[in-house]
Amino acid sequence: MAGRSGLSEAAGSGRGIPSSLGAPGPTAYHRLNPLTKATIATATAVAAVVLGGLIGPAVVVGLGVLLPGALAGVLIRLVRTALLFALPLAASAFLVNLFFFPEGRTVLFEVGPITATAEGLAFALEILARILAIGGAVTLFYLTTPPATFVVDLERRGVSPRLAFVANASVQTVPALVERAAQITAAQRARGLDTEGSIRKRVRGILPIVGPVILGSIAEVEERTMALEARGFTRPGRRTLLWAPADSGAERAARWVLLIAVVALVAARLTGVWA
Amino acid sequence: MTVRLHGVGYRYAGAERPALLDVELDLGDGEVVGVAGASEAGKTTLCLVVAGIAPRTIGGRIRGTITIDGERVDDWPMHRLGGRVGIGFQNPTSQLSQVAGTVFEEVAFGPMNLGIARDEIVDRTWAALEALRIGALAERDPRRLSGGQQQLVAMAGLLAMRPAHLVLDEPTAQLDPAGTQLVAGAIERLAAGGASILVTEQKTDLLAAVADRVVVLDAGRMALAGPTADVLADERLRGLGVTEPALVRLRRLAGEAGLDRAPMERAAGA
Repeated sequence: MAGRSGLSEAAGSGRGIPSSLGAPGPTAYHRLNPLTKATIATATAVAAVVLGGLIGPAVVVGLGVLLPGALAGVLIRLVRTALLFALPLAASAFLVNLFFFPEGRTVLFEVGPITATAEGLAFALEILARILAIGGAVTLFYLTTPPATFVVDLERRGVSPRLAFVANASVQTVPALVERAAQITAAQRARGLDTEGSIRKRVRGILPIVGPVILGSIAEVEERTMALEARGFTRPGRRTLLWAPADSGAERAARWVLLIAVVALVAARLTGVWA
Repeated sequence: MTVRLHGVGYRYAGAERPALLDVELDLGDGEVVGVAGASEAGKTTLCLVVAGIAPRTIGGRIRGTITIDGERVDDWPMHRLGGRVGIGFQNPTSQLSQVAGTVFEEVAFGPMNLGIARDEIVDRTWAALEALRIGALAERDPRRLSGGQQQLVAMAGLLAMRPAHLVLDEPTAQLDPAGTQLVAGAIERLAAGGASILVTEQKTDLLAAVADRVVVLDAGRMALAGPTADVLADERLRGLGVTEPALVRLRRLAGEAGLDRAPMERAAGA
């Protein structure tokens, strides 16, 4: 019966897909295949963790994060976002290791009953370097790759459409939740809710906002599920993709080289070849 | 070739009382059937039942028989039924996939799921966008549109599936008068092309404009059914919680005031 409705008689416009779909990114780094950028990010993070020390991660971050970030023209945003993203975890890990490193012997200074040690400081700096490397690698990928592009590429490579949808929707839902929270905050404020002032007041003000945000999202999930079902989402078999990001033999080769290098590095570390 | 409901009742999972009872409904080719009723009269439930979402997706218990184009559909999976009956909901936000970066991709989402050829998807998508006069929005981010625009995008996504039968649950709930007119025009064009359409609406003016027949639900039962003009002029309408169309109301008030209705009838006829 499909094709019997009035729309079927509306002749095809002869127009292709809009030019903005799958449009190449602004720089050569943006234009790399998403899987290549994901491989670079993974290799950078794994290498920083496996190498240890300070110089190794610093070199890896320079080559795998800062240099590509500069080439992509996102260096300042990259540094700012990566610090925001990684600092809370990095700071807490740094302080814990600085003051509570079990093998710390050389006292640097004391704060009340706790003692900062030189050994703790060295280990804390190592952890800090690793966390910043991971944060930087993830942030660079995020800043240069639209989530939908990555998901389309994965789907093209045979990843289940449902898995790809869940991954994509999870990322895309965050801004929607933030927007919903802002709307509910404005509505609650208009009804007299005080969300400013002392910490106690702010904490009390959060509940009437968080509740509706979560409950509203849950309610919406049911209707979205129905809409997705009605739009054929549960149909078995492959979906048709409108476009897919470009890939090249050189990029495929580069991905394999990176993968082999990382595996070799991990193996060397595990077998003690590289202590 | 019709959608036919015979003795259909439905009870939501965990509910004490059925939300629909003994519904008899035929929806023929090119026919628009309007459904009106007070809140919780069963309008949305009827839409879910006709589209097959109840009970396939949301559970519950159904009785009676539903046939689509002569075939009983009890055992059809949702994706098969979805290719035959399309459904649009009131809330545009929850109808968007949330994964499309542009309106074009959002409208193409359904046809892409069907696995049809890329060129046909592109043709269907443009045709659906143009039918609702929203081709200019093709490259916009659907999440950044107004509620009314999102509703039109959601409806375009539905049209791009090219179902033979359409179920629209208050499709103009968030639309301004211009958007409402666009939807009304699209409904009329689709029906003229042979699609059968079930549309629920609080706006009886819209039903008066597009529907061939109207059904009024009351507590899940069909309280009134018949040709649009007869049902919307029925004296029992207001008692069932349904606002009468503006013209019907004007006629009634003129009659109650003892005014001459002839000029009004001539204007309505014109």
